[in-house]
Amino acid sequence: MLPELGHFALILALLLAALQAFFGIAGAHYARARWMGAVVPAVAGHAVMVATAVGCLIACFVGNDFSVAYVAENSNSALPLFYRVTALWGAHEGSLLLWILLLALWTVAVVIGAQRLPERFAARVLGVLGIVSLGFLLFTLATSNPFLRLDPPAPDGRDLNPILQDPGLAVHPPILYTGYVGFAVAFAFACAAMLEGKLDQHWARWTRPWTTVAWAFLTCGIALGSFWAYYELGWGGFWFWDPVENASFMPWLVGTALIHSLAVTDKRGLFKSWTLLLAIVAFSLSMLGTFLVRSGVLVSVHSFAADPARGVFILAFLVIMVGGALTLYAWRAPLLKSQAGFELGARESFLLFNNVLLVIAAATVFAGTLAPLISDTLKLGTLSVGPPYFNPTFMLSMLPLMALLSVGIHANWKRGRLQDKTRLLLYTFVAAAVLGTGLVYGIYAPGSLLSAVGATLGIWIALSSLVDPLERLWRGLSLPRAVLGMTLAHLGIALAVIALTTVQSFTVERDVALAPGASAHVAGYDFRFDGVRPVEGANYQALAASVLVSYQGTRVALLEPQKRQYWVQRQVTSETAIKMHHGNNVLLALGEDLGAGRWSLRIQVRPLVSLVWIAAFIMALGGSLAASDRRYRTARVAEAPALAGTLEQPG
Amino acid sequence: MSRRGPACLRWGVTVALWLCGLVWAVDTTQLPDPALQARYEVLTHELRCMQCQNESLADSPVDLAADLRREVRDQLLAGKSDAQIRAWMAARYGDFILFRPRFSLRNAWLWGAPAVLLLVGVIVAWRVVRERTALLADDHEPLDEDGG
Amino acid sequence: MNRFLLPLGIFLLLVVVLAIGIKHSPDKGTIASPLLGKPAPQFALPSLADPSRQVRSQDLKGRWYLFNVWGTWCGECRAEHATLLQVSRAGVLPVIGLDWKDSDEEARAWLSQLGNPYQAVAVDRNGRTAIDWGVYGAPETFLVNPQGVVVYKHIGAVTLATWTHEILPRVTAPATGS
Repeated sequence: MLPELGHFALILALLLAALQAFFGIAGAHYARARWMGAVVPAVAGHAVMVATAVGCLIACFVGNDFSVAYVAENSNSALPLFYRVTALWGAHEGSLLLWILLLALWTVAVVIGAQRLPERFAARVLGVLGIVSLGFLLFTLATSNPFLRLDPPAPDGRDLNPILQDPGLAVHPPILYTGYVGFAVAFAFACAAMLEGKLDQHWARWTRPWTTVAWAFLTCGIALGSFWAYYELGWGGFWFWDPVENASFMPWLVGTALIHSLAVTDKRGLFKSWTLLLAIVAFSLSMLGTFLVRSGVLVSVHSFAADPARGVFILAFLVIMVGGALTLYAWRAPLLKSQAGFELGARESFLLFNNVLLVIAAATVFAGTLAPLISDTLKLGTLSVGPPYFNPTFMLSMLPLMALLSVGIHANWKRGRLQDKTRLLLYTFVAAAVLGTGLVYGIYAPGSLLSAVGATLGIWIALSSLVDPLERLWRGLSLPRAVLGMTLAHLGIALAVIALTTVQSFTVERDVALAPGASAHVAGYDFRFDGVRPVEGANYQALAASVLVSYQGTRVALLEPQKRQYWVQRQVTSETAIKMHHGNNVLLALGEDLGAGRWSLRIQVRPLVSLVWIAAFIMALGGSLAASDRRYRTARVAEAPALAGTLEQPG
Repeated sequence: MSRRGPACLRWGVTVALWLCGLVWAVDTTQLPDPALQARYEVLTHELRCMQCQNESLADSPVDLAADLRREVRDQLLAGKSDAQIRAWMAARYGDFILFRPRFSLRNAWLWGAPAVLLLVGVIVAWRVVRERTALLADDHEPLDEDGG
Repeated sequence: MNRFLLPLGIFLLLVVVLAIGIKHSPDKGTIASPLLGKPAPQFALPSLADPSRQVRSQDLKGRWYLFNVWGTWCGECRAEHATLLQVSRAGVLPVIGLDWKDSDEEARAWLSQLGNPYQAVAVDRNGRTAIDWGVYGAPETFLVNPQGVVVYKHIGAVTLATWTHEILPRVTAPATGS
């Protein structure tokens, strides 16, 4: 009964999305108040139906209804309750349902938060969101229905993949998808502006908070995924330039460019068509990511089971959505020229450089990710691209950006007046260089050039970011949330640069074979292996090693890395043991039984790696803070303001 | 994010795929000479495991990876250079086995892409700045100083 | 020419590439063998039937043969076994087996139980020969011509369709190269 109810709810949701799309777009086009008035109820109804469907599926999981194929594939009666709920998005069909749910929630948020928007514009925004919902629901119902039944019902489920039986599954996909889906809002705002045929500074001010919040969620989602991979997978790696990781990183890079470009459009009415394009591209990359993960086109450990039929559907959807938006863009963008000016040293210039470098980074990641596919298609042979390609090429565009950040942050709008700041620039740079190099060569002798450069750039960014806020406080001026948020986000990136370059340079990894009682000495730490003992878990059995870790004679921790075998899927997984100590992350993974009580162990010492994720969360916090600034909660704007985006008159 | 269990083999070939990504190899190989050991570690990290295709030889738990690691060790001890070892591997498994694509005419577009993009970016930035600087003289619009 | 059409143009190009990618995706896991068109790797390994004797590649020169990599641990190998028996009965060309990383005992028992399609089986205990042939899974089957050049590689179980459409045509085609 429940599965049928859920299925039916999805069908209703589809119909309501169609109504939302129709009334929104057509209602605004023909200026029909009654039609536009139907949009909000359609949104509400759609959200309720989607929530109902999700609720039904959760109930099936919790109630162990193995007559539902999706539940039988991904759950088991011995699976703990917590994982039975989170298993909802553990595979393709359920994760799509999660996407649809989050899109419905974002749409509701837009309804609530955008009450001050002009009616026709808001209707168009909701209409476009309706089209996106429609597409995803069609895809789900046609190719990926989570409510399909098994007849006869399975006696028990095949259990959730052991790697996913982890708290990380509860948070990573929902937060990541919230970010992905959030860019749909910026996309909808862009399409609405293009449909209207005008784009003014109000538009930028409306779009900014939505985009920044989506960006913040995406930042957290990526960081959580990286952190989860780190402690769950056991290699100690936190970023592999895997195609699916890149699929989330590309929208992030473009999204970062977008929030900066929006700032220029908001402030000076410049870069309008560019901002539009970025808004389209950011969401298109989100959708492309969805495609890459599910179509079997790329080889990846993260991929869902490949299905070319689904790939075709998503591709068709992409063509309609993105192709449509880009056609609108080609039609409307030529009208958006502004006559504002700025000089080379102005803030606009630096934000331009920011955008150029971020887009280059995104394009490089794009090229590397799709290179195997392109090479294959053009019969250029099988190409393989991994970290040895991505790491240097990514740094090529990012390191200059980090340097430009420290300079550009002092630049004023329009006329940079950087000449007044030369002493400041010099002092902050020298301080950063001395501090950075000193700390690196001091703490991590014999040091490394990359880490020294990273520390210098990072500290320089931190110092430069603090100048303006501290000056404001000193002079008793107000410190708006927008400025505070921006400062926090830039501090976050400073921290990330320092952490990433340090981890990259000073990570130590050793594989050792130890007999009980024997010790290994790695990176200043001593590891004494005390044998292995069996352990029983809720739905697995394991062998846990006992390793005493000490640093210069003092005991640090007793770590117990495990090798588990889950009863149902009979898969063996390795659970790493991690300990933080003096800013270092010490990881232990259990290897193989070498006979006679000897076991192999992988030992890794990674300095400052935790800072990477802390930095990401600081960035996200900064972004959210900035988005909550009062200036975005403006008074209602009347329809069709005189200052449109076509031929602007100054003053 | 599910991968099917042993029952479903992606391309109908029996490989120990189910091990990939769940367990890792712990490679306790120690070469007598630290320089050789360093080269061994670099090579085994830069060569792809053909069964667990997203893992390097160093990390992959399957037998084939162990065999290939042993091969790298034996060749290093026999005095082969890094380039020779990579070529030996690529002759048998194709360029796909190399994580760092070798620079060749066919790959040139990939390695050249960042540089070309950077050049295009610089040109675009320069043109925009020049255009806007020229407009500056006629731009008398007052600036709203609410910062950021 | 409206330069704002450029993003749309690039996007459509991308779509074409992705569409082709989907079309090819069923073979996504199979990597083109660099051995095609090159001389088959030399080997001299103990024979499964009589370990004191050797199976050598140089003895096979001068005629077509199929080189089939298998093991008793391999499920798909069992699936293709019936086809291999048919191929060997057809008598067109010999099938030489490479018993990869296996136990001799179990291999002999397997063949006596299921039938032996192989003219000879070479035992590769340490995997070195398989590596020379660029093998990364089982079963894999190579077609070698009388000049000792590898002309075709099949990854996965050999089916009758493979035999009829891929292997037989190459063997019976006029001798103008592969």
